[in-house]
Amino acid sequence: MIHSLFLINASGDIFLEKHWKSVVSRSVCDYFFEAQERATEPENVPPVISTPHHYLISVLRHRIYFVAVIQSEVPPLFVIEFLHRVVDTFQDYFGVCTEAAIKDNVVVVYELLEEMLDNGFPLATESNILKELIKPPTILRTMVNTITGSTNVGEQLPTGQLSVVPWRRTGVKYTNNEAYFDVVEEIDAIIDKSGSTITAEIQGVIDACVKLTGMPDLTLSFMNPRLLDDVSFHPCVRFKRWEAERILSFIPPDGNFRLLSYHVSSQNLVAIPVYVKHNITFREGSSQGRFDLTLGPKQTMGKAVESVLVSSQLPRGVLNANLNPSQGTYTFDPVTKLLTWDVGKINPQKLPSLKGTMNLQAGASKPDENPTINIQFKIQQMAISGLKVNRLDMYGEKYKPFKGIKYMTKAGKFQVRT
Amino acid sequence: MQSLKHDFITRSTPSACFCVCFINKTNCAVDYFCFLFSPHRHDDLKEMLDSNKDSLKLEAMKRIVAMIARGKNASDLFPAVVKNVACKNIEVKKLVYVYLVRYAEEQQDLALLSISTFQRGLKDPNQLIRASALRVLSSIRVTIIVPIMMLAIKEAASDMSPYVRKTAAHAIPKLYSLDPEQKDQLIEVIEKLLADKTTLVAGSVVMAFEEVCPERIDLIHKNYRKLCNLLIDVEEWGQVVIINMLTRYARTQFLNPNINDEDEDDDEKEKEKKAEAAAMAKRKPYVMDPDHRLLLRNTKPLLQSRNAAVVMAVAQLYFHLAPKAEVGVIAKALVRLLRSHSEVQFVVLQNVATMTIKRRGMFEPYLKSFYIRSTDPTQIKVLKLEVLTNLANETNISTILREFQTYIKSMDKDFVAATIQAIGRCATNIGEVRDTCLNGLVQLLSNRDELVVAESVVVIKKLLQMQPEKHSDIIKHMAKLTDNIQVPMARASILWLIGEYCEHVPKIAPDVLRKMAKSFTNEEDIVKLQIINLAAKLYLTNSKQTKLLTQYVLNLAKYDQNYDIRDRARFIRQLIVPTEKSGALSKYAKKLFLALKPAPVLESPFKDRDHFQLGSLSHLLNAKAGGYQELPDWPEAAPDPSVRNVEVKESVRAVGTVTYRDTGALWVFRGPQKMEGSEESDSATASDSRSGSEESGSGSESESEEDSESEEEEEEKKSKKKELKKPVQESERCVCVQFAGLSLPVEPAPSPQVTPVNTLLSNSLVTDLEGLSLSDSVLSPAVSTPHVFALKNYELLHRITGEGLTVEYCFSRQPFSPDANMVAVQLQFTNNSSSDTKSLHMEDVKLQSGMRVKEFPEIELLPAGETASAVMGIDFCDSTQAANFQLCTHTKKFFVSIQPPVGELMRTVFLTENEFKKEQGQLMGMNEITEKLTLDARCRNEHAIVQRVTAAANLSRVPCGSDKECRFAGRTVTSSSLVLVTVATREEGAAQLTVNCEKMVIGTMLVKDILLALTQ
Repeated sequence: MIHSLFLINASGDIFLEKHWKSVVSRSVCDYFFEAQERATEPENVPPVISTPHHYLISVLRHRIYFVAVIQSEVPPLFVIEFLHRVVDTFQDYFGVCTEAAIKDNVVVVYELLEEMLDNGFPLATESNILKELIKPPTILRTMVNTITGSTNVGEQLPTGQLSVVPWRRTGVKYTNNEAYFDVVEEIDAIIDKSGSTITAEIQGVIDACVKLTGMPDLTLSFMNPRLLDDVSFHPCVRFKRWEAERILSFIPPDGNFRLLSYHVSSQNLVAIPVYVKHNITFREGSSQGRFDLTLGPKQTMGKAVESVLVSSQLPRGVLNANLNPSQGTYTFDPVTKLLTWDVGKINPQKLPSLKGTMNLQAGASKPDENPTINIQFKIQQMAISGLKVNRLDMYGEKYKPFKGIKYMTKAGKFQVRT
Repeated sequence: MQSLKHDFITRSTPSACFCVCFINKTNCAVDYFCFLFSPHRHDDLKEMLDSNKDSLKLEAMKRIVAMIARGKNASDLFPAVVKNVACKNIEVKKLVYVYLVRYAEEQQDLALLSISTFQRGLKDPNQLIRASALRVLSSIRVTIIVPIMMLAIKEAASDMSPYVRKTAAHAIPKLYSLDPEQKDQLIEVIEKLLADKTTLVAGSVVMAFEEVCPERIDLIHKNYRKLCNLLIDVEEWGQVVIINMLTRYARTQFLNPNINDEDEDDDEKEKEKKAEAAAMAKRKPYVMDPDHRLLLRNTKPLLQSRNAAVVMAVAQLYFHLAPKAEVGVIAKALVRLLRSHSEVQFVVLQNVATMTIKRRGMFEPYLKSFYIRSTDPTQIKVLKLEVLTNLANETNISTILREFQTYIKSMDKDFVAATIQAIGRCATNIGEVRDTCLNGLVQLLSNRDELVVAESVVVIKKLLQMQPEKHSDIIKHMAKLTDNIQVPMARASILWLIGEYCEHVPKIAPDVLRKMAKSFTNEEDIVKLQIINLAAKLYLTNSKQTKLLTQYVLNLAKYDQNYDIRDRARFIRQLIVPTEKSGALSKYAKKLFLALKPAPVLESPFKDRDHFQLGSLSHLLNAKAGGYQELPDWPEAAPDPSVRNVEVKESVRAVGTVTYRDTGALWVFRGPQKMEGSEESDSATASDSRSGSEESGSGSESESEEDSESEEEEEEKKSKKKELKKPVQESERCVCVQFAGLSLPVEPAPSPQVTPVNTLLSNSLVTDLEGLSLSDSVLSPAVSTPHVFALKNYELLHRITGEGLTVEYCFSRQPFSPDANMVAVQLQFTNNSSSDTKSLHMEDVKLQSGMRVKEFPEIELLPAGETASAVMGIDFCDSTQAANFQLCTHTKKFFVSIQPPVGELMRTVFLTENEFKKEQGQLMGMNEITEKLTLDARCRNEHAIVQRVTAAANLSRVPCGSDKECRFAGRTVTSSSLVLVTVATREEGAAQLTVNCEKMVIGTMLVKDILLALTQ
């Protein structure tokens, strides 16, 4: 399966390598660099590259390429999914997954990689198990370890490894027993020029932070489970009960995890919480263009639309932009031609707008493409699909946990064509 | 870092100073400096490794590992490091392992020094140490230790701990790659591990199987059903490997489920073949092998996995194995993956593109999910475009074309080019829109971007070839473009078009040639060839005007640098200019050049990619990758399905497995609870009181009516959970007994998460066994056999006598947790009256001596029209005497009685064939009752007999070698006397029923009941 792993930073340096079988020379990465050169954008590097003796499968996360070297047939998604899991684990351990963080914790990284793969086949990828094998570095622990010489490495086999709940470590104890669930929904939409919706979907996740003593068995039920069109579960969720009763029944892992992701199909009418009035024109023969953008809320059920950020890739011919925002600040990068406008909160009484002119290169003809506008926003305390958690019950333990549920709606890939 | 630095400076050797900088990795000059002094640069590390302090050793090892990580050579430290292999500090040890595995291959002799440590480690009582010793030992690629490795693997394969066995499975491919000679011995180990019943091992051993002996499909037969059943509990990575392997397996063992309708969707197939297939279909109506069905059913829930690789694996399994009507389920899951990281999208879209060619309908509802956003990376855009094009048909083409129109305005020019090609493909595939597309493309010819124009020209050329006569004005328009367009491919295309259809543009063509002749020397090769081509064609059709021009062009070409062009010119000259020498061929020159050429077919590059297994690397690359296992074709006739029969499991399977998951029979039984659930969320009145108690903790639960729920749910949801705990103990310290091929702890540890389970007495062997079903989940359905049949309901209180209150009861066949000597009776109350009924409870229980009753908890409120259920326990003392009592509401009292059929006075036990025979031998004479009977016509197969007997009495099936006999066993609930039933069948429905039971009364009554069940 996976032979070797190389980590390559944005400037093309291989800053970490790990081999699970015989050593593969790092010159194999030259094929990768070639492909990288051919691709204009970093994300256009093909994930699978075939070389005479090896295949390179790579993912790009946090501006680091994780390049896995394999030698024979293996499902590419298997490797890709595993690499993403590696990144998630690093993020979990170090808070961020940057080149600096990896270099600073290179020994922990190495120990983790050693545990995660054996002979190139995944061995332990559950964060609960890994954390029992290798304790995450904290400032306190690093200090204690330097003084006492104790280690971050566990001596016993994590009990989870042997059970059918490998995701939960045993002997969990908390003084405050809490379970928090965040229902986060993202709206993916394409709005056409005239403001009508071409496609809109809601993708939701329920992220949980469960800190409960012992082996709690939780059930979570919804007021309106029929809304959920397609779901994927954390392995802890029992399929059977979901299928029969539409109840999530599970023994949770300890700590943070994603319980559920779901999809609300476009068949149900998706409420679009913001609208955009735009007028972006270039006149033939003139070296100026007009830019006029107004945002407004709609269908927000009385909740405020916050953290609004508008970005748009202006045509190449645009030299600079002279705009005037009614609120917030805007920036225009003359190199990448990226216009971003940090709007903040939308006040329904006074709609935010961005107006002004764009200057074109002298002599350049009128650009025939119109830019698309990408919008990000957040709405607190609301799940736009209307999904509501009915109740959360705990069995198997005697104490009374503190429970909390938070709803949030965000823009996913929200795009307005002009 | 600070503390580190401090540490070194205090040591203050010069080389240590270097290392400080080395670690700081800021100054490359220092790095270079280090390099100069390389012979001594590791002295300090060696010193640290030799010291007595673990902390120093650890520090040194950390720095060495950091060097390895950066690809620096640290091999000269080998002797110093390897000494520490036996270090007590576990972290040092682990880092030494890392080092050792990395450099052992280079320093084979020194590496051997460490072997004895690992051999000792293999015997350690701690399973983690055993496993890691084996892991490292097998990772050291030194040929000399192959025999030691072989021995270690063999030993570990029968280790108590499943974790060690898993490690053994991992070690197999390592050894195989080191020494392929060991294959035969390794296959033996694989065979042994394949029989392992734990989920932990399953994935790893299948991985080993795939790497070492993927061709030995025969090893899978016996384990096939087990693998299918374990699948859902195997870890994600193992699932992927197992599913891929089972796909291949199924292709060799089962028949093509689409054999009967294969040809309908494939228009190209000849009618002959159709007829042949139809004839074959008539001969043999297709019936899916139950094992094939089992695989499809057990993989389906995994479509909901969070792991994209698992979802893809299931999707490809369905694509390759499922009947056409069922493949659709995968579309939704695959579309979901499109939300994931772009690399995942890339792979999924590739596979979707292949699928859409064969099964377009499947993804049509999700058309909009493939719409392209300006923020997608180009490679994703192009793939989405491919999918959209494949999905286009008469009904949705207008939507798709409108979408394409926006794409053409995109800033990403590569993508625009791909869109134009896509439009071209839509136009060729769907006749209705050809003109619309063509017009749209012609408009693009005036686009400002040259790439767009060039791509349009190429596509228009292909489209025009279909109906050239209609479009001479487009050709004229394109002829004008030659002045402006510089892209060689486009110029060549235009020239070819003019040459090919010069008759449609007789005036313009010679003029174009004139211009081209002028610029001939500056053109690209591909354009030059087309100029020669144009000249030749014009010479043949219009030699008057173009003779000189042609000669001129040919002369220019004669001295061209490119030999292709020189050759072509020479060839054409001979062909078209008649001379004395030119043979017969020149007569046919016109036919040669101006023959009717078939229009090009614009095909998807993904066509026929599905001969590679989907989701594989080979499919993605469209080339066979090393180690790729071909997906075999379906066999003509199904190989013998009995190879998959496993003795014990087979009998078990016949009873239950199939229906267990399929029909969800269990849930029928749970009807009342489901209603309760909905009541809970809807009506606040009824639920509030109860939900309060639920929340207050599980303490009150066992008393409340929730009890029944938890009991039944346990079977289902908790059977999984109970499995969790036990293997741990099983492997560690618990005394194990071999029982019916399962290792079973004598005293099952209380599973902390399920309160009701704790109260089970150990003699409720049934539940224990079920809890163990980790080892073999096939078994659990067998144990829960009773659920498979809808339980028979008896009436306790009729609606009329009860004045609106109906009470029904059934024997739930569940162990009654508060008292194992009691039979659980499930009561179901329905309030049909218009007013609420309050405080339902029982009173004044009248019983025969010895009998006892555990009352059901009072139901405080039963609103009008609602249903509630409760469970009570009755100890019947192994008699069929009725239990009489009063059922009271807040206003009324009703006298009721419950009389059990004899079959309900027992509980199932699990016996092996030998145990059964032994017990039967002890219950001869007076204790044996035999009756002859004639079986009911509908009940002459084994399955029906089993069903009827288990419906009549709560017995479980005992495996049996002969197919003429069915055996069942149970124990009476109160006295635990054994009840053994044998039904031996003869010819023509004759049969003999034997019941062996210590309690003769029970025996006689049971014989009567079973006789009745089998003859009616």
